[in-house]
Amino acid sequence: MKTWKEVPPGAVITDPGSSRKFKTGSWRAFKPKWIPENCIQCLFCWIYCPDMSVKVKDGKRTEFDYDYCKGCGICALECPGKKGNKAIVMEEEGK
Amino acid sequence: MHRKVAANGNEAIANAMRIANPDVCGAYPITPATEIMQRFTTFVSNGQVKTEMVLAESEHSAMSACIGAAAAGGRVATATSSQGMALMWEMLFIASGLRLPIVMGMANRALSAPINIHGDHSDGMGARDCGWIHLYCENAQEAFDNMLMAFKIAEHMDVRLPVMVGMDGFITSHAIQTMEWIDDETAAKFIGEYKSTNPLLDIKNPVSYGPLILADLYMEYRKAQEHVMSGVPKIVLAIANEFEQISGRKYGLFEKYRLDDAEVAIVVMSSAAGTTKEIIDQFREKGFKVGLLKPRLFRPFPYAEVGEALKHLKAVAVLDRADCFGGSHGPLYVDIASALYNYAQRPVLINKIFGLGGRDYMPDHAEYVINELLQITKDGKVKSVKEYIGVRE
Repeated sequence: MKTWKEVPPGAVITDPGSSRKFKTGSWRAFKPKWIPENCIQCLFCWIYCPDMSVKVKDGKRTEFDYDYCKGCGICALECPGKKGNKAIVMEEEGK
Repeated sequence: MHRKVAANGNEAIANAMRIANPDVCGAYPITPATEIMQRFTTFVSNGQVKTEMVLAESEHSAMSACIGAAAAGGRVATATSSQGMALMWEMLFIASGLRLPIVMGMANRALSAPINIHGDHSDGMGARDCGWIHLYCENAQEAFDNMLMAFKIAEHMDVRLPVMVGMDGFITSHAIQTMEWIDDETAAKFIGEYKSTNPLLDIKNPVSYGPLILADLYMEYRKAQEHVMSGVPKIVLAIANEFEQISGRKYGLFEKYRLDDAEVAIVVMSSAAGTTKEIIDQFREKGFKVGLLKPRLFRPFPYAEVGEALKHLKAVAVLDRADCFGGSHGPLYVDIASALYNYAQRPVLINKIFGLGGRDYMPDHAEYVINELLQITKDGKVKSVKEYIGVRE
């Protein structure tokens, strides 16, 4: 940890991308769970995620990035699912 | 070529801003500071400055625009008063916390309610602890000089803090006085080129302003800011010395008037100091050893220097043009008391609240206070530590 003599003036961050070091996943109270058999790959979850916690590879979504997912639940709310079955559901952490 | 002119305080501040030629001004009009930006926008329209004017929808937004522009890397200035200053209040802390060297003229005015447009120090005093440097001016000449110096102080590489320059609303902002311009070239050279640090517009070196700093580091940032503030008086003095070389006018952290051999003294800020000096001269002619201390750098308050300047006195009256409701005394009194408390031998200290909402400070008010101080030196009796003067009982 930096001392008061070492902190940068005005708390300006001069190291781009340093927010990667701040793992906000620890804030989560509810955790999104992905159910691949109900997923139609519409990527709504990827669009709506206010962080970058829905990982997409070759145009298809993969597992959540739980290091940064704060558990806001927007992805679960927006998920259209398949035939009325959600592809994302929120589960209480630690259950 | 230095020109003697008749000008008011608003004109003085607007011209100092013209010479500084800011990149951006975010502004919103408010009496009695309106004329500063009114005059300045004329300079913009006439092409005398290259400033981008941002006419905001409120003072909160005007200061926000100033903060954004300063973070982007520009030299930034604005002006306000009273309610406008109060509405900026939240953003003032952000300007200082981000270490942005914004310069602001302030025509000091009373706060509502009851609504009042005239001069007192309630606005500046309300913003005294927001991390800005405060300079206070007795007259239009000082307003011009301090505004020029404010740019150099704010932009000094060891400071990088915002500065507000206060003068009494109407009394100084609107009354036409004799003063001396410094020619544009000399004054502009004195202020110098602005060098931005970590500008947002330097896209090759991306930076972020305003991050979340929680309990693990917040205190370190606050200590760092306190440390920078503590170094400000030395720089203010160095810049005053440089200014003396171009103007012939001498500035300190405060002005001492017939103080060194005095036995009693008045401490008062801004325009009331002028009236007080006149009365001090009259008492001196009668053989009474009376002096004055007029704070110029109010934040950071030069406690050690003020203490040294006042400790030898027998009695001191601190005149506050603002009151702290529910606090013990006026804001200036509290600072003067702090500056003196650690001396074993210190003067008796009394506090007078005067001039609120533009109530005139008359020569007989100064006489009344000096007579009371002289009486205290004779019998040691203090009838009341705090008193309103010039109020109908």
